[in-house]
Amino acid sequence: MTANIVTITSGKGGVGKTTATANISVALAQLGQKVVCIDSDIGLRNLDVVLGLENRIVYDLVDVIEERCRIRQAMIKDKRFNDLYLIPAAQTRDKNAVSPSDMIAVCDQIVEEFDFILIDSPAGIERGFKNAIAPANQVIVVTNPDVSAVRDADRIIGIIEAEEKGPAKLIINRLNPHLIRRGDMLDADDVLDLLAINLLGIVPEDESVIMSTNNGKPVATEEKSAAGQAFRNIARRLLGDEVPLLDLNLKEGIFHKISKIFNTEGD
Amino acid sequence: MREGNWRDLQNGLLQQIDSESAFFSNAKIALDVGDRELGAAQLSKLRDMLLDREIKLFAVLSSSSKTEATASTLGLSTRTSLLKQKESRLSAAILEGEPGLVIRKTIRSGSGVEYDGHVLVHGDLNPGAEISCTGSIFIWGKLRGTVHAGMAGADQSVICALQLDPISLRIANIEYRENKLLKKLRRKPVEISLEKGQFVLDYWDI
Repeated sequence: MTANIVTITSGKGGVGKTTATANISVALAQLGQKVVCIDSDIGLRNLDVVLGLENRIVYDLVDVIEERCRIRQAMIKDKRFNDLYLIPAAQTRDKNAVSPSDMIAVCDQIVEEFDFILIDSPAGIERGFKNAIAPANQVIVVTNPDVSAVRDADRIIGIIEAEEKGPAKLIINRLNPHLIRRGDMLDADDVLDLLAINLLGIVPEDESVIMSTNNGKPVATEEKSAAGQAFRNIARRLLGDEVPLLDLNLKEGIFHKISKIFNTEGD
Repeated sequence: MREGNWRDLQNGLLQQIDSESAFFSNAKIALDVGDRELGAAQLSKLRDMLLDREIKLFAVLSSSSKTEATASTLGLSTRTSLLKQKESRLSAAILEGEPGLVIRKTIRSGSGVEYDGHVLVHGDLNPGAEISCTGSIFIWGKLRGTVHAGMAGADQSVICALQLDPISLRIANIEYRENKLLKKLRRKPVEISLEKGQFVLDYWDI
Protein backbone atom coordinates (compact mmCIF):
# COMPACT_ATOMS: atom_id res chain seq x y z
CA MET A 1 0.00 0.00 0.00
CA THR A 2 0.97 3.63 -0.40
CA ALA A 3 -0.36 6.05 2.15
CA ASN A 4 -2.45 9.03 1.24
CA ILE A 5 -0.48 11.92 2.76
CA VAL A 6 -2.93 14.61 3.83
CA THR A 7 -1.87 17.94 5.31
CA ILE A 8 -4.36 19.95 7.33
CA THR A 9 -3.71 23.68 7.34
CA SER A 10 -5.52 27.01 7.61
CA GLY A 11 -3.33 30.11 7.54
CA LYS A 12 -5.06 31.61 10.55
CA GLY A 13 -4.51 30.10 13.98
CA GLY A 14 -7.23 28.80 16.25
CA VAL A 15 -9.69 27.69 13.58
CA GLY A 16 -9.44 24.01 14.54
CA LYS A 17 -6.61 22.41 12.55
CA THR A 18 -5.47 20.24 15.43
CA THR A 19 -9.01 19.29 16.42
CA ALA A 20 -9.72 18.36 12.80
CA THR A 21 -6.50 16.33 12.48
CA ALA A 22 -7.17 14.42 15.69
CA ASN A 23 -10.79 13.70 14.85
CA ILE A 24 -10.26 12.72 11.24
CA SER A 25 -7.40 10.44 12.31
CA VAL A 26 -9.59 8.79 14.93
CA ALA A 27 -12.54 8.50 12.54
CA LEU A 28 -10.32 6.89 9.89
CA ALA A 29 -8.90 4.47 12.47
CA GLN A 30 -12.47 3.57 13.52
CA LEU A 31 -13.15 2.74 9.88
CA GLY A 32 -10.28 0.24 9.98
CA GLN A 33 -7.65 2.41 8.30
CA LYS A 34 -4.00 2.33 9.33
CA VAL A 35 -3.25 5.91 10.30
CA VAL A 36 -0.24 7.93 11.43
CA CYS A 37 -0.66 11.54 12.41
CA ILE A 38 2.30 13.87 12.58
CA ASP A 39 2.34 17.10 14.58
CA SER A 40 4.52 19.47 12.57
CA ASP A 41 3.90 22.45 14.85
CA ILE A 42 7.41 22.37 16.30
CA GLY A 43 7.60 24.41 19.51
CA LEU A 44 3.82 24.64 19.98
CA ARG A 45 2.73 21.03 20.04
CA ASN A 46 -0.92 20.26 20.74
CA LEU A 47 -1.95 17.18 18.87
CA ASP A 48 -0.66 14.90 21.64
CA VAL A 49 -2.90 16.71 24.15
CA VAL A 50 -6.00 16.53 22.01
CA LEU A 51 -5.42 12.82 21.44
CA GLY A 52 -4.72 12.27 25.15
CA LEU A 53 -1.22 10.87 24.48
CA GLU A 54 0.82 13.62 26.09
CA ASN A 55 2.22 11.57 28.95
CA ARG A 56 3.52 8.84 26.67
CA ILE A 57 5.98 10.93 24.65
CA VAL A 58 9.57 9.71 24.72
CA TYR A 59 10.93 10.69 21.31
CA ASP A 60 9.59 13.30 18.88
CA LEU A 61 9.75 14.35 15.22
CA VAL A 62 13.02 16.26 15.60
CA ASP A 63 14.62 13.22 17.29
CA VAL A 64 13.70 11.19 14.21
CA ILE A 65 15.08 13.80 11.83
CA GLU A 66 18.30 14.20 13.78
CA GLU A 67 18.59 10.42 14.03
CA ARG A 68 18.51 10.10 17.78
CA CYS A 69 15.92 7.36 17.37
CA ARG A 70 14.29 5.15 14.79
CA ILE A 71 10.95 6.34 13.48
CA ARG A 72 9.11 3.43 15.11
CA GLN A 73 10.38 4.53 18.52
CA ALA A 74 8.80 7.98 18.05
CA MET A 75 5.44 6.58 16.97
CA ILE A 76 3.06 6.49 19.94
CA LYS A 77 0.32 3.92 19.52
CA ASP A 78 -3.14 5.01 20.56
CA LYS A 79 -4.34 1.95 22.46
CA ARG A 80 -8.03 2.74 21.89
CA PHE A 81 -7.68 1.83 18.21
CA ASN A 82 -6.00 -0.89 16.22
CA ASP A 83 -3.84 1.21 13.99
CA LEU A 84 -3.53 4.83 15.04
CA TYR A 85 -0.12 6.33 15.78
CA LEU A 86 1.13 9.80 16.64
CA ILE A 87 4.53 11.30 15.90
CA PRO A 88 4.62 14.28 18.27
CA ALA A 89 6.34 17.60 17.64
CA ALA A 90 9.34 18.71 19.66
CA GLN A 91 8.36 21.29 22.21
CA THR A 92 11.78 22.75 22.98
CA ARG A 93 12.85 23.51 19.42
CA ASP A 94 11.55 25.77 16.65
CA LYS A 95 10.43 25.45 13.02
CA ASN A 96 13.97 25.76 11.70
CA ALA A 97 14.87 22.38 13.22
CA VAL A 98 12.93 20.81 10.32
CA SER A 99 13.18 21.32 6.56
CA PRO A 100 10.71 20.40 3.81
CA SER A 101 13.02 17.60 2.63
CA ASP A 102 13.21 16.23 6.22
CA MET A 103 9.43 15.95 6.20
CA ILE A 104 9.47 14.13 2.89
CA ALA A 105 12.16 11.76 4.19
CA VAL A 106 10.16 11.00 7.36
CA CYS A 107 7.02 10.23 5.38
CA ASP A 108 8.98 8.08 2.92
CA GLN A 109 9.99 5.78 5.76
CA ILE A 110 6.40 4.85 6.61
CA VAL A 111 4.46 5.56 3.43
CA GLU A 112 4.37 1.87 2.42
CA GLU A 113 2.95 0.66 5.73
CA PHE A 114 -0.07 2.88 6.25
CA ASP A 115 -3.27 3.99 4.57
CA PHE A 116 -3.12 7.58 5.76
CA ILE A 117 -0.49 9.97 7.03
CA LEU A 118 -2.16 13.10 8.41
CA ILE A 119 0.04 16.12 9.02
CA ASP A 120 -1.12 18.86 11.38
CA SER A 121 0.31 22.13 10.06
CA PRO A 122 1.22 25.15 12.17
CA ALA A 123 -0.60 28.44 11.52
CA GLY A 124 1.04 30.93 9.21
CA ILE A 125 2.54 30.80 5.76
CA GLU A 126 6.21 30.52 6.65
CA ARG A 127 8.68 27.71 7.22
CA GLY A 128 6.44 25.53 9.37
CA PHE A 129 3.65 25.61 6.79
CA LYS A 130 6.10 24.87 3.96
CA ASN A 131 7.41 21.89 5.94
CA ALA A 132 3.90 20.58 6.49
CA ILE A 133 2.78 20.65 2.86
CA ALA A 134 6.06 19.39 1.35
CA PRO A 135 5.22 15.66 1.51
CA ALA A 136 1.46 16.08 0.98
CA ASN A 137 -0.43 14.68 -1.95
CA GLN A 138 -3.64 16.21 -0.66
CA VAL A 139 -4.25 19.39 1.34
CA ILE A 140 -7.24 20.20 3.51
CA VAL A 141 -7.86 23.83 4.45
CA VAL A 142 -9.81 24.43 7.65
CA THR A 143 -11.61 27.72 8.07
CA ASN A 144 -14.27 29.28 10.26
CA PRO A 145 -17.24 31.17 8.87
CA ASP A 146 -15.80 34.57 9.65
CA VAL A 147 -14.25 37.16 7.38
CA SER A 148 -10.69 37.06 8.70
CA ALA A 149 -10.40 33.26 8.73
CA VAL A 150 -11.79 33.11 5.19
CA ARG A 151 -9.35 35.78 4.04
CA ASP A 152 -6.43 33.76 5.40
CA ALA A 153 -7.83 30.57 3.90
CA ASP A 154 -7.96 32.31 0.52
CA ARG A 155 -4.32 33.29 0.88
CA ILE A 156 -3.23 29.78 1.81
CA ILE A 157 -5.27 28.22 -1.02
CA GLY A 158 -3.40 30.51 -3.43
CA ILE A 159 -0.04 29.34 -2.06
CA ILE A 160 -1.12 25.69 -2.24
CA GLU A 161 -2.04 26.22 -5.90
CA ALA A 162 1.28 27.93 -6.57
CA GLU A 163 3.15 25.03 -4.94
CA GLU A 164 1.18 22.66 -7.17
CA LYS A 165 -0.35 20.86 -4.20
CA GLY A 166 -3.86 21.85 -5.16
CA PRO A 167 -6.71 21.82 -5.51
CA ALA A 168 -7.17 21.96 -1.77
CA LYS A 169 -10.37 20.79 -0.10
CA LEU A 170 -12.26 22.80 2.46
CA ILE A 171 -13.62 22.13 5.93
CA ILE A 172 -15.80 24.85 7.41
CA ASN A 173 -15.46 24.44 11.17
CA ARG A 174 -17.51 25.84 14.03
CA LEU A 175 -20.52 26.82 11.97
CA ASN A 176 -23.31 28.08 14.19
CA PRO A 177 -26.74 27.72 12.53
CA HIS A 178 -28.31 29.94 15.16
CA LEU A 179 -25.98 32.86 14.36
CA ILE A 180 -26.50 32.36 10.63
CA ARG A 181 -30.24 32.48 11.05
CA ARG A 182 -29.82 35.78 12.85
CA GLY A 183 -27.63 36.99 9.98
CA ASP A 184 -24.61 37.36 12.27
CA MET A 185 -22.39 34.75 10.65
CA LEU A 186 -21.32 34.00 7.10
CA ASP A 187 -23.10 30.93 5.85
CA ALA A 188 -21.39 28.09 4.02
CA ASP A 189 -22.49 29.44 0.64
CA ASP A 190 -20.82 32.81 1.30
CA VAL A 191 -17.59 31.05 2.18
CA LEU A 192 -17.69 28.74 -0.83
CA ASP A 193 -18.60 31.60 -3.15
CA LEU A 194 -15.36 33.33 -2.26
CA LEU A 195 -12.99 30.38 -1.92
CA ALA A 196 -14.40 28.36 -4.83
CA ILE A 197 -12.89 25.00 -3.86
CA ASN A 198 -14.48 21.64 -3.12
CA LEU A 199 -16.17 21.28 0.23
CA LEU A 200 -15.09 18.26 2.29
CA GLY A 201 -17.38 18.96 5.21
CA ILE A 202 -19.09 21.39 7.54
CA VAL A 203 -18.56 20.94 11.27
CA PRO A 204 -21.11 22.60 13.52
CA GLU A 205 -20.11 24.50 16.62
CA ASP A 206 -20.43 22.00 19.45
CA GLU A 207 -19.60 22.42 23.15
CA SER A 208 -18.60 18.79 23.37
CA VAL A 209 -15.51 19.61 21.27
CA ILE A 210 -14.11 21.79 24.05
CA MET A 211 -14.74 19.20 26.72
CA SER A 212 -13.36 16.35 24.69
CA THR A 213 -10.25 18.36 23.80
CA ASN A 214 -9.57 18.94 27.47
CA ASN A 215 -10.13 15.26 28.22
CA GLY A 216 -7.97 14.03 25.38
CA LYS A 217 -10.89 12.12 23.94
CA PRO A 218 -11.76 13.28 20.40
CA VAL A 219 -15.46 13.87 19.67
CA ALA A 220 -15.33 11.52 16.70
CA THR A 221 -15.61 8.72 19.28
CA GLU A 222 -18.83 10.17 20.66
CA GLU A 223 -21.83 8.71 18.96
CA LYS A 224 -24.19 11.56 19.86
CA SER A 225 -21.97 14.56 19.13
CA ALA A 226 -22.96 16.51 15.99
CA ALA A 227 -19.35 17.61 15.47
CA GLY A 228 -18.24 14.00 15.92
CA GLN A 229 -20.70 12.90 13.25
CA ALA A 230 -19.42 15.62 10.92
CA PHE A 231 -15.82 14.41 11.37
CA ARG A 232 -16.84 10.79 10.81
CA ASN A 233 -18.53 11.86 7.58
CA ILE A 234 -15.41 13.74 6.49
CA ALA A 235 -13.34 10.57 7.07
CA ARG A 236 -15.73 8.59 4.89
CA ARG A 237 -15.55 11.22 2.15
CA LEU A 238 -11.74 10.93 2.26
CA LEU A 239 -12.22 7.24 1.56
CA GLY A 240 -14.29 8.13 -1.48
CA ASP A 241 -17.78 7.54 -0.05
CA GLU A 242 -20.54 9.87 -1.07
CA VAL A 243 -21.99 11.15 2.19
CA PRO A 244 -24.58 13.91 2.18
CA LEU A 245 -23.89 17.00 4.29
CA LEU A 246 -25.36 17.00 7.79
CA ASP A 247 -28.72 18.64 8.16
CA LEU A 248 -27.73 21.47 10.47
CA ASN A 249 -31.30 22.60 10.78
CA LEU A 250 -30.50 25.37 8.34
CA LYS A 251 -33.93 25.31 6.81
CA GLU A 252 -34.73 28.96 6.54
CA GLY A 253 -37.80 30.36 8.23
CA ILE A 254 -40.17 32.47 6.18
CA PHE A 255 -39.05 35.66 7.92
CA HIS A 256 -35.43 34.98 7.16
CA LYS A 257 -36.25 34.32 3.53
CA ILE A 258 -38.17 37.55 3.23
CA SER A 259 -35.46 39.57 4.92
CA LYS A 260 -32.86 37.93 2.67
CA ILE A 261 -34.80 38.90 -0.45
CA PHE A 262 -35.25 42.35 0.97
CA ASN A 263 -31.54 42.69 1.71
CA THR A 264 -30.48 41.52 -1.73
CA GLU A 265 -32.76 43.90 -3.49
CA GLY A 266 -32.34 46.76 -1.13
CA ASP A 267 -28.59 46.96 -0.64
CA MET B 1 -19.92 69.45 -52.65
CA ARG B 2 -18.02 71.75 -54.92
CA GLU B 3 -17.45 75.45 -54.50
CA GLY B 4 -20.03 77.93 -55.66
CA ASN B 5 -23.34 79.54 -54.80
CA TRP B 6 -25.36 77.39 -52.35
CA ARG B 7 -28.63 77.87 -54.34
CA ASP B 8 -26.93 76.67 -57.58
CA LEU B 9 -25.38 73.73 -55.85
CA GLN B 10 -28.68 72.77 -54.28
CA ASN B 11 -30.48 72.92 -57.61
CA GLY B 12 -27.71 70.92 -59.26
CA LEU B 13 -28.03 68.25 -56.60
CA LEU B 14 -31.81 68.05 -56.94
CA GLN B 15 -31.57 67.85 -60.74
CA GLN B 16 -29.16 64.95 -60.48
CA ILE B 17 -31.47 63.22 -58.05
CA ASP B 18 -34.51 63.78 -60.27
CA SER B 19 -32.68 62.32 -63.28
CA GLU B 20 -32.19 59.11 -61.36
CA SER B 21 -35.31 59.24 -59.24
CA ALA B 22 -35.80 55.47 -59.24
CA PHE B 23 -32.39 54.96 -57.67
CA PHE B 24 -32.87 57.64 -55.02
CA SER B 25 -36.43 56.75 -54.10
CA ASN B 26 -36.73 55.96 -50.37
CA ALA B 27 -33.01 56.57 -49.92
CA LYS B 28 -31.31 57.80 -46.79
CA ILE B 29 -28.49 60.14 -47.61
CA ALA B 30 -25.63 61.79 -45.79
CA LEU B 31 -24.37 65.03 -47.26
CA ASP B 32 -20.79 66.20 -47.04
CA VAL B 33 -20.76 69.99 -47.41
CA GLY B 34 -17.06 70.53 -46.83
CA ASP B 35 -16.23 73.67 -44.90
CA ARG B 36 -19.37 75.52 -46.03
CA GLU B 37 -21.20 77.39 -43.31
CA LEU B 38 -24.93 76.68 -43.47
CA GLY B 39 -27.73 78.11 -41.40
CA ALA B 40 -30.82 76.37 -40.12
CA ALA B 41 -33.02 77.86 -42.85
CA GLN B 42 -30.80 76.53 -45.65
CA LEU B 43 -30.44 73.05 -44.19
CA SER B 44 -34.10 72.65 -43.28
CA LYS B 45 -35.17 73.79 -46.76
CA LEU B 46 -32.91 71.20 -48.38
CA ARG B 47 -34.17 68.55 -45.99
CA ASP B 48 -37.79 69.37 -46.88
CA MET B 49 -37.12 69.42 -50.64
CA LEU B 50 -35.45 66.01 -50.33
CA LEU B 51 -38.37 64.72 -48.32
CA ASP B 52 -40.73 65.78 -51.15
CA ARG B 53 -38.76 63.31 -53.29
CA GLU B 54 -39.08 60.62 -50.60
CA ILE B 55 -35.45 60.95 -49.63
CA LYS B 56 -34.43 61.19 -46.00
CA LEU B 57 -31.50 63.40 -45.16
CA PHE B 58 -30.11 61.76 -42.03
CA ALA B 59 -26.68 63.30 -41.68
CA VAL B 60 -24.69 66.37 -42.62
CA LEU B 61 -20.94 66.10 -42.55
CA SER B 62 -18.93 69.27 -42.41
CA SER B 63 -15.63 70.53 -41.18
CA SER B 64 -17.40 73.70 -40.13
CA SER B 65 -18.38 73.46 -36.49
CA LYS B 66 -21.16 76.00 -37.09
CA THR B 67 -22.76 73.79 -39.76
CA GLU B 68 -22.41 70.74 -37.53
CA ALA B 69 -24.08 72.58 -34.68
CA THR B 70 -26.93 73.65 -36.95
CA ALA B 71 -27.37 70.11 -38.23
CA SER B 72 -27.52 68.63 -34.78
CA THR B 73 -30.13 71.17 -33.62
CA LEU B 74 -32.21 70.00 -36.59
CA GLY B 75 -31.88 66.45 -35.32
CA LEU B 76 -29.51 65.43 -38.10
CA SER B 77 -26.50 63.28 -37.38
CA THR B 78 -23.06 64.77 -37.70
CA ARG B 79 -19.56 63.36 -37.99
CA THR B 80 -19.01 63.77 -34.28
CA SER B 81 -22.17 61.97 -33.26
CA LEU B 82 -21.60 59.21 -35.82
CA LEU B 83 -18.16 58.59 -34.39
CA LYS B 84 -19.61 58.52 -30.90
CA GLN B 85 -22.09 55.86 -31.90
CA LYS B 86 -19.46 53.63 -33.47
CA GLU B 87 -16.84 53.95 -30.82
CA SER B 88 -17.90 52.64 -27.47
CA ARG B 89 -16.00 53.69 -24.41
CA LEU B 90 -14.24 50.34 -24.45
CA SER B 91 -12.55 50.94 -27.75
CA ALA B 92 -11.67 54.42 -26.60
CA ALA B 93 -10.01 52.90 -23.55
CA ILE B 94 -8.23 50.16 -25.48
CA LEU B 95 -6.42 50.86 -28.67
CA GLU B 96 -5.37 48.14 -31.03
CA GLY B 97 -1.78 47.08 -30.60
CA GLU B 98 -1.53 48.09 -26.96
CA PRO B 99 -0.08 45.47 -24.62
CA GLY B 100 -2.47 43.40 -22.53
CA LEU B 101 -2.10 40.68 -19.94
CA VAL B 102 -4.60 37.83 -19.68
CA ILE B 103 -4.81 35.91 -16.40
CA ARG B 104 -6.86 32.73 -16.54
CA LYS B 105 -7.49 32.06 -12.86
CA THR B 106 -8.90 33.56 -9.72
CA ILE B 107 -6.42 35.90 -8.06
CA ARG B 108 -6.43 35.15 -4.36
CA SER B 109 -5.50 37.16 -1.29
CA GLY B 110 -1.83 38.06 -1.07
CA SER B 111 -1.10 37.88 -4.77
CA GLY B 112 -1.51 40.32 -7.60
CA VAL B 113 0.05 41.92 -10.64
CA GLU B 114 1.55 45.19 -11.70
CA TYR B 115 1.56 45.60 -15.47
CA ASP B 116 2.40 48.18 -18.09
CA GLY B 117 -0.74 47.86 -20.24
CA HIS B 118 -4.26 46.46 -19.86
CA VAL B 119 -5.18 43.50 -17.64
CA LEU B 120 -7.92 40.94 -18.27
CA VAL B 121 -8.75 38.41 -15.56
CA HIS B 122 -10.76 35.34 -16.39
CA GLY B 123 -11.73 34.60 -12.78
CA ASP B 124 -12.38 36.51 -9.59
CA LEU B 125 -10.24 39.07 -7.84
CA ASN B 126 -10.57 38.19 -4.17
CA PRO B 127 -10.21 40.51 -1.17
CA GLY B 128 -6.54 41.04 -0.44
CA ALA B 129 -5.53 40.60 -4.09
CA GLU B 130 -4.32 43.59 -6.11
CA ILE B 131 -4.04 44.67 -9.73
CA SER B 132 -2.24 47.85 -10.76
CA CYS B 133 -1.70 48.72 -14.39
CA THR B 134 -1.22 51.67 -16.69
CA GLY B 135 -4.23 50.72 -18.83
CA SER B 136 -7.74 49.38 -18.23
CA ILE B 137 -8.82 46.44 -16.05
CA PHE B 138 -11.43 43.87 -17.06
CA ILE B 139 -12.51 41.22 -14.57
CA TRP B 140 -14.58 38.41 -16.05
CA GLY B 141 -15.70 37.50 -12.55
CA LYS B 142 -16.22 39.18 -9.20
CA LEU B 143 -14.09 42.16 -8.32
CA ARG B 144 -13.67 42.12 -4.54
CA GLY B 145 -10.06 43.17 -4.18
CA THR B 146 -7.96 46.25 -4.84
CA VAL B 147 -7.64 47.73 -8.34
CA HIS B 148 -5.77 50.68 -9.78
CA ALA B 149 -6.20 51.40 -13.49
CA GLY B 150 -4.45 54.14 -15.46
CA MET B 151 -1.53 54.18 -13.04
CA ALA B 152 0.56 56.74 -14.90
CA GLY B 153 -2.36 59.15 -14.95
CA ALA B 154 -4.23 57.68 -17.94
CA ASP B 155 -7.69 58.90 -16.97
CA GLN B 156 -9.36 57.39 -20.07
CA SER B 157 -8.81 53.95 -18.51
CA VAL B 158 -11.85 51.97 -17.43
CA ILE B 159 -12.55 49.20 -14.93
CA CYS B 160 -15.12 46.53 -15.77
CA ALA B 161 -16.33 43.54 -13.74
CA LEU B 162 -19.24 41.11 -13.73
CA GLN B 163 -19.79 41.95 -10.06
CA LEU B 164 -18.30 44.81 -8.18
CA ASP B 165 -17.60 44.99 -4.46
CA PRO B 166 -14.08 46.36 -4.25
CA ILE B 167 -11.98 47.02 -1.19
CA SER B 168 -10.35 49.89 -3.03
CA LEU B 169 -10.68 51.20 -6.58
CA ARG B 170 -8.66 53.88 -8.35
CA ILE B 171 -8.48 55.26 -11.87
CA ALA B 172 -5.52 57.50 -12.63
CA ASN B 173 -4.95 59.16 -9.26
CA ILE B 174 -8.54 59.38 -8.14
CA GLU B 175 -9.79 57.12 -5.39
CA TYR B 176 -13.32 55.84 -5.70
CA ARG B 177 -15.68 56.43 -2.79
CA GLU B 178 -18.64 54.14 -2.69
CA ASN B 179 -21.94 55.71 -3.60
CA LYS B 180 -25.52 54.58 -3.89
CA LEU B 181 -25.19 53.95 -7.61
CA LEU B 182 -22.67 51.20 -7.01
CA LYS B 183 -24.95 49.57 -4.47
CA LYS B 184 -27.67 49.45 -7.08
CA LEU B 185 -25.33 47.84 -9.57
CA ARG B 186 -23.62 45.56 -7.05
CA ARG B 187 -24.78 42.27 -8.50
CA LYS B 188 -24.65 43.41 -12.11
CA PRO B 189 -21.86 43.84 -14.67
CA VAL B 190 -20.43 47.32 -14.19
CA GLU B 191 -18.15 49.59 -16.13
CA ILE B 192 -16.49 52.46 -14.30
CA SER B 193 -14.80 55.34 -16.04
CA LEU B 194 -13.74 58.88 -15.29
CA GLU B 195 -15.40 61.88 -16.83
CA LYS B 196 -13.91 65.24 -15.91
CA GLY B 197 -12.48 63.81 -12.71
CA GLN B 198 -15.80 62.26 -11.65
CA PHE B 199 -16.54 58.56 -11.58
CA VAL B 200 -19.24 57.36 -13.96
CA LEU B 201 -20.84 53.98 -13.37
CA ASP B 202 -22.58 52.20 -16.17
CA TYR B 203 -24.14 48.84 -16.72
CA TRP B 204 -21.38 46.88 -18.49
CA ASP B 205 -23.09 46.12 -21.78
CA ILE B 206 -21.33 42.92 -22.75
